[in-house]
This record gives sequence, structure tokens and C-alpha cells, in this order.
Amino acid sequence: MSEAIRIFVPIDAAALSVGAEAVANAIAKEAQARGITVEIVRNGSRGMLWLEPMVEAETPGGRIAYGPVAARDVTALFDAGFQNGEAHALRLGPVGELDWLKRQQRLTFERVGVTDPLSLADYRAYDGLKGLEKALALTGAEIVEEVRESGLRGRGGAGFPTGIKWKTVHDAKAEQKYIVCNADEGDSGTFADRMLMEGDPFLLIEGMAIAAIAVGATRGYIYLRLEYPHAHKALQRAILKARNAGLLGASVLGAGKAFELEVRLGAGAYICGEETSLLESLEGKRAIVRAKPPIPALQGLFGKPTIVNNVLSFAAVPWILTHGAKAYADYGMGRSRGTLPVQLGGNVKRGGLIELAFGISLREIIEDIGGGTLSGRPIRAVQVGGPLGAYLTAQQLDVAMDYEALAGIKAMLGHGGIVVFDDSVDMAKQARFAFEFCAKESCGKCTPCRIGATRGVELVDKIIAGHERPKNLAVLRDLNRLMTDASLCAMGGLTPMPVMSALNHFFEDFDRPPAERLPLAAE
Amino acid sequence: MVHYPAWDQDEARSIVSGLSHLEGATLPILHALQEEFGYVDPQAVPLIAEALNLSRADVHGTISFYHDFRTAPPPRRIVKLCRAEACQALGCDTVVEELAREHGIVVDDHGAPDKAVVETVYCLGNCALGPSALVEGELLGRIDADRIASLCGARQ
Repeated sequence: MSEAIRIFVPIDAAALSVGAEAVANAIAKEAQARGITVEIVRNGSRGMLWLEPMVEAETPGGRIAYGPVAARDVTALFDAGFQNGEAHALRLGPVGELDWLKRQQRLTFERVGVTDPLSLADYRAYDGLKGLEKALALTGAEIVEEVRESGLRGRGGAGFPTGIKWKTVHDAKAEQKYIVCNADEGDSGTFADRMLMEGDPFLLIEGMAIAAIAVGATRGYIYLRLEYPHAHKALQRAILKARNAGLLGASVLGAGKAFELEVRLGAGAYICGEETSLLESLEGKRAIVRAKPPIPALQGLFGKPTIVNNVLSFAAVPWILTHGAKAYADYGMGRSRGTLPVQLGGNVKRGGLIELAFGISLREIIEDIGGGTLSGRPIRAVQVGGPLGAYLTAQQLDVAMDYEALAGIKAMLGHGGIVVFDDSVDMAKQARFAFEFCAKESCGKCTPCRIGATRGVELVDKIIAGHERPKNLAVLRDLNRLMTDASLCAMGGLTPMPVMSALNHFFEDFDRPPAERLPLAAE
Repeated sequence: MVHYPAWDQDEARSIVSGLSHLEGATLPILHALQEEFGYVDPQAVPLIAEALNLSRADVHGTISFYHDFRTAPPPRRIVKLCRAEACQALGCDTVVEELAREHGIVVDDHGAPDKAVVETVYCLGNCALGPSALVEGELLGRIDADRIASLCGARQ
């Protein structure tokens, strides 16, 4: 009896959404029928989502990828000898040589797709916990300095320097401090947090533990959105394993410092991605945005000093500690240091997750890596940075993926999501949607957002219907200015960004003869 | 299909007291009740208020703030259909139109409790494989109106 052949079938939710579970079952059944011993490892996704379910067979010559595999392909794959890496129409080649992966600089996602996400042994074997071990040998101030020097900026969207936030919490005097992870990844077009939590949950745990050690916090919460049941399961199981292995609990890795970590679920409110409303929600209240100051670093969860960081910010830290701040800062451009996990979605041929140093152009990502639109029609608009991000035209795509470069063209990087639209998109409708979304998801605290969003929907409807267009366009611009200047948080403050970019770059969609379509409100 | 037991105030009380020691226990309690009974009955409000030393208005306020807490028994099945930008770029609005036209299913219309409901949700994190839907914890990619309709138990 030969040794079991290892076959990798992703357990990532995106892979499952196109049939990975059925493929895993079919492989197990077919192998048994043929008397072939296989060990099916459920790995994270490599991020080549258009090739999911992508199955890998471990051979002496490395892991060989096949995809997209359907359950009905499995018999033929065994006939061809895929388990030994043999030829088949779905064979993509050795994973490491796939162009999509070769072009990337995977730091945060280095293990995702490679390991079994819930195996702590795998995690250690692939350099896991080195950052935490290093941190335990340093003082809190030294850890904070390392993070500051790396140039890491908050990956949630605001881009605030992580080291400075940590230093504020480090320097605050309090009996209790908290570490809170914002895993309320609500922006359409983003899924990097989800893929990381499903594909390498120990990395997030390690990053949060390092933060706790650095600032002297003993409790942490991961605030996860309810729409991510697979990530929830992965985190729950990983935390349990981490606790059993002494990575969490009364004495982290036996170093005498306590850190307890818990996952808390949201309940379908987009606003909870805003850090102060997230804190209110964690406290059990209506998720109403708080006015700042005081900043959460000084008065955060239950009024205590709190680090609130995005999943990807925490997940970047172990690599920084392991390899040094300079090694991380060597990637990137300008004031955007390190790498950014870019998420390419919408109407795109090859969508997925691409981790790259800052500075690559949008065009390179969308056209070269992404292969253009899925529909094959011309690209008309690209929304970068989620529902509060600007719509760019096909002519603007040479801009670099960099906080400042995008800000320079009145756009924003946000959480690194890119959504591609072909020429069938109606940009007046997209502008209306931006207001509609804001009206539905506003927490209601400040008037510009609560009332402005509803007035915005009405205005766009009037403009579409051809009702006193010049006057209503003037009011729309005025409303946008007011929301930008007077809203309490980014929800109301940035909703004008998609609206104004649609209006400024795609004015023809607001200027059509009204007879072409019914006003949306009349549908 | 998930079947829930009828609301049981004693059972609810024991769920509340089992979780009331947590920091910021309100949301974990509400989730636990909804997982058990499929919804949070208004009778839970005084239970939670008393256990956590909150006003009933605070508890009611929290329940009513979040889209996902239901205060009446759930429909037979809930299909969450993503209608955010990435799925719009792949025609989720056409899916919504087709559901209404071809299958008589109106999204977000809560009809009789024995029927399935298709609810709008904004982003399921499957933006490269849309349009997407989430049904009883299972994520589905590249869906179309026929697939959603069949999940709803065909013509309604």
C-alpha cells in the first residue's frame, strides 16, 4: 500500500459557491472506488476565483493545479491520472508557475491556499508564530516602533498610520485596554478579509496577539459580519485550537501575558464598518456613530483605550515582525508602503485576489491580470474602494494604486476593492443607488446623511425624469457639497464621491431624453 | 429547510441568563434567541432588560436597529440575494426583474409565512463570482433567476 496522495480542494466560501464541496466528495468517492488512497486537504483559495474550484494534486514535482473542476469531471481526471499530475484538458500546470501567482508579492497571503487553514502544525511549519515569538522578546514600545517604521497604514480604508494608533494606545494609562478587529467587510467588491479569515485564521489571531502584547491589552474582539458564516466557523475553530495550544489565554506562549479573544457577530448593518459605530454595537447598543474626539485609541470600547484595526492591518504585522520593518517598507511607493491585497470583481474575466506592492496601475490589474470584462464588451466604468468610492472612466485607469495618487484624482483606494462595469451600465442609476444605499444604511445620527441621502434619491429621480434638470443638477451639486462637509462620518461624507464622479465623468447618462426610460420611482 | 420550535419564554430566559455574563451581551443574546426560535419575540425585551440592567427602550432600540433581527417567526426559507455594485455589474437587477416577471417572486416581499422570501442583501464577499446568494448558510455564485426560483420552491 502506497502512501496517501494529497489532494487539495479549497474550502473558501467562493470556491464552495461554485461547487467545491461536491468536487471534494466526488474525489473521495472515486478514489475509494479505485482503491487509491488519497488525503483530501481543504485549503484556502489561491485567489484565482475564476478557476474555482481549483484542485491541486501533490506530486514529487510540486503541486499541480486543475481547474475549474466540476464534480462530473472527476472520473475523467482520475482516468487521466491527475492524482499524479498527468495531462488533462483542465490541467493548469505547477501552481508556483501560474502567471497570476508569479506576478504577485504575497506577504500577508503567503500561506493562504498553501496550508490547511485549521492546522496549527501547518501554520508553524510555514513560518507562523515567528512574529509573535519575536514580539515577546521585545518591549511594547519596541514593537510599536517596528510597526511604525514599516509604514503600515490602516487597510480598512482610511489609511491611518497603524504605528501611531498603536503608540497612542500604548502610551495611554488604563487598567483595561482592548484590541478590536474590524471584520465587518461590508464594501461591495471586497473579500480579502473573508479570504484571509477562512484561509489563514491563525495569522489574524497572531497579529491581534502581537497588538495586545505591544500595548498591554488583555482582551480582544473580532467583530465579524453576519454575511460571512464560513469565516465565522473558521475563526471559532481556530480560536479554540489557539487557546488549547496556549497561543491565547492566561499566558500567551507561556510568556506570562494574558490575551483572551472572542468573535462577535454583527447583524446586517453596513455602518458597523465605521469604527465608532462598531464599538457601540460591541457594547450591545444601536450602532450610532460617535463624534470624535475622543478617539477610540483613548476612549474606545467601554470607554477604555482600544486599538481598532482592519483584518488586513493586523494580518500584516506578523510578517513585519518576522522580517523586519525595513523589509516591509521596501515594497510600495511614496507614503504607501508594503503590499495591498487587491480584490478584483464585478464584470471581469479573471477576478480574484491579487497581493501586490503599492504602485501598480489600475489598467495593468484590470486588463493584463484581469483580462478585461467577462461579457467581452468594453469597460465603461470602474468603481474603486467600495460603495463610497469614485467611479473612474476607462481613460483614467493609468492611475497607480496608491493612497495619494487616487486621492489626486478625487478617488480613493479604500479597502482595495475594484469593481468593473461594461458599457451596459447606466451611471445615473449607479448615482441613484449610492444615495439609496446611504439612505438605507445611515445610522441616522447626523442630518446631512440621514436626510441628505433621501433627498439625493429624489433629486436623481427628478433629473432622470427630465424635471427642471439644470435647477435640480445645481441642487444636487449643492447637496453633495453639504454632505461632504457636514456629515459626521464617512458614510454621509463619502456618498457624494460615487455620485459626483458619475455626474462629472458620465454626464451623458444624466442628460438623456427622459422618454427613453421611466423614472425609477415609477417602476 | 430549518424548523424552529415555537417561542418558549422559559427556554428564552435560560438562554438569556446563560449569556448575560458577557461584556456587551445584548447582541450575542439576540443572536442566540434568533438561532433557537428563528426570531426574537417582543416578550424577550423585558427578559433581556432585566438580566442586563438596561431599560426596555434600550433593548428594543437595539433589536430594531439591525436589519437581521426579526420580531416575527421567519418565512419558510430566506434566500439572501446580493444587490450591491459588484453583483449589479453582473446583472443582479435583471435577476430581480426576471424573478418578478417569470416566477411571480417579488424581492423583499414578505407574503404568507409558509412561503420562501428573497431578501436584498448588500455584499456576500463573492464579488468575482456574482451574482451571488446566501441560503441557509450556503453561498452560491453565478446564480440566475431560475436557480433562485427553484430554491424558493418553484412558482409561488
